[in-house]
Amino acid sequence: MASLVTSVHAWLDERFHLDDIKALAQKKKVPIHRYSYWYFLGGMTLFLFGVQVLTGALLLLYYRPGADEAFESVQFIITQVQFGWLIRSVHSWSANLLVFMAFAHLFSVLFLKAYRKPRELTWVSGVLLLFLMLAFGFSGYLLPWNTLSYFATKVGTEIPGQVPIIGRPVLLFLRGGEDITGSTLTRLFGFHVAILPALATLLLGIHLGLIQYFGMSVPPKVEREWQAAPQDKREIRFFPNFALRELMAWYVALGLLGALAALFPWNLGVKADPFASAPAGIKPEWYFLFMFQTLKLIPAKILGMDGEILGILAFGAVGAVALLLPFLDREKPFNTRRWIPGFACIFLGYMGAMTVYGWMAK
Amino acid sequence: MASPPGTSAATQSAPADLPRRRFVNILLGTGLLASAASFFYPILRYLVPPKLPDVGGDAVLAARVSELKPNTAKTFRFGTRPGLLVETASGEYRAMSATCTHLGCTVQYRPDLREIWCACHNGMYDLNGRNISGPPPRPLEAFEVQVRGDEIFVRRKQEA
Repeated sequence: MASLVTSVHAWLDERFHLDDIKALAQKKKVPIHRYSYWYFLGGMTLFLFGVQVLTGALLLLYYRPGADEAFESVQFIITQVQFGWLIRSVHSWSANLLVFMAFAHLFSVLFLKAYRKPRELTWVSGVLLLFLMLAFGFSGYLLPWNTLSYFATKVGTEIPGQVPIIGRPVLLFLRGGEDITGSTLTRLFGFHVAILPALATLLLGIHLGLIQYFGMSVPPKVEREWQAAPQDKREIRFFPNFALRELMAWYVALGLLGALAALFPWNLGVKADPFASAPAGIKPEWYFLFMFQTLKLIPAKILGMDGEILGILAFGAVGAVALLLPFLDREKPFNTRRWIPGFACIFLGYMGAMTVYGWMAK
Repeated sequence: MASPPGTSAATQSAPADLPRRRFVNILLGTGLLASAASFFYPILRYLVPPKLPDVGGDAVLAARVSELKPNTAKTFRFGTRPGLLVETASGEYRAMSATCTHLGCTVQYRPDLREIWCACHNGMYDLNGRNISGPPPRPLEAFEVQVRGDEIFVRRKQEA
């Protein structure tokens, strides 16, 4: 056994110079300081994405897109296929935790100022990945073809449809027609399992490559302390020391995911009926709730402009600011703009409050 | 996780065969192995497609008397698989599974030969479903036919 390993290693080493790769793996260091725990969030998001890929591929074995078949095939998965309920439930739970982790990762990077020079593009690729995850959530939500998802998709595609000029073509593109029909389902299915995964793979490669290239960012506050007292500077190797810690966290996350999926399996609901009225208390997934609630509360007219359109444009502006954040800050490492964390705090508070409000509201 | 940063277990020198360390390693190893098994078991079971409900004792409406003429046949749905209903030249009804016992193609009735023929590998069965020439290893499963008024019902032969 041992000799087999050595000979395989020698065979590979002759061709790929494994020592160079080993040296690269050993080069990467993780700084240790009081904020080090926040470094785990990105890896946790990556792990949950991996769970999504695996469980998603498994669901594809039995899922059938189509207005006449989608609901029945999911029903088949959760009632007939062995452990199908578990796989589907893990997919739903992991999706929700993934979005949560991605947001937590974004805000931790923001408050620790890891987006500053030279890591601007790492940030941009990360924000694009978050948008992609939201698109995954939106497109995947319709796939079981139940009442809730049917109306959520109806409302969700109506919102970009309100935007002047480009709104209508976008709506038609998303729906594959005027209404939510079987063609919307096959369209969103195609996005969910082919187009979005392709984009995600590309962006994830760029994101991880950039992280490997630049190494871990040290918060400016800690960096200044370390400059004043270099003897306090501490680092551990990424491989194996940090990787093992991360693996431990993943292991716990997997256990938690299994427990959540088993104890609180995801409901399938009632099959969508395009001619039934929307049930009372219809709501989107929690991560869209703050936008949903805002648009519900916004007055019909603000200063003579359509309130709804104003709200949609405001969220678009926030998204654009988030995407371009590193370019709005100063390049000096210790002299970042004060309004950025302040603005982020306010937005985070607003998101939290509106989500809770939307959750409680009838 | 609790160990102070910078000191990892690997850097501490210890005798290679420390029994306590071996015990802990075995404990951790079997624990990890067990959890990996509990993780892969549901996936392996999930990969096995569930059996679709088959036709049990219920009779299936195969055809109407008016549909068939002597020396013709019709394929019909028997549960999830095709069945073949033949009206012989003498006007008798015969029903059997239409799935060739060789490699699973769907067989057909040849009025010119008055036999059942599989187009894939030239297998031949007689009107009782017995394999008479070509590669088929077993006869076709014969079904029971009942005529009720205009309707011809087919069901599995009941075991005595």
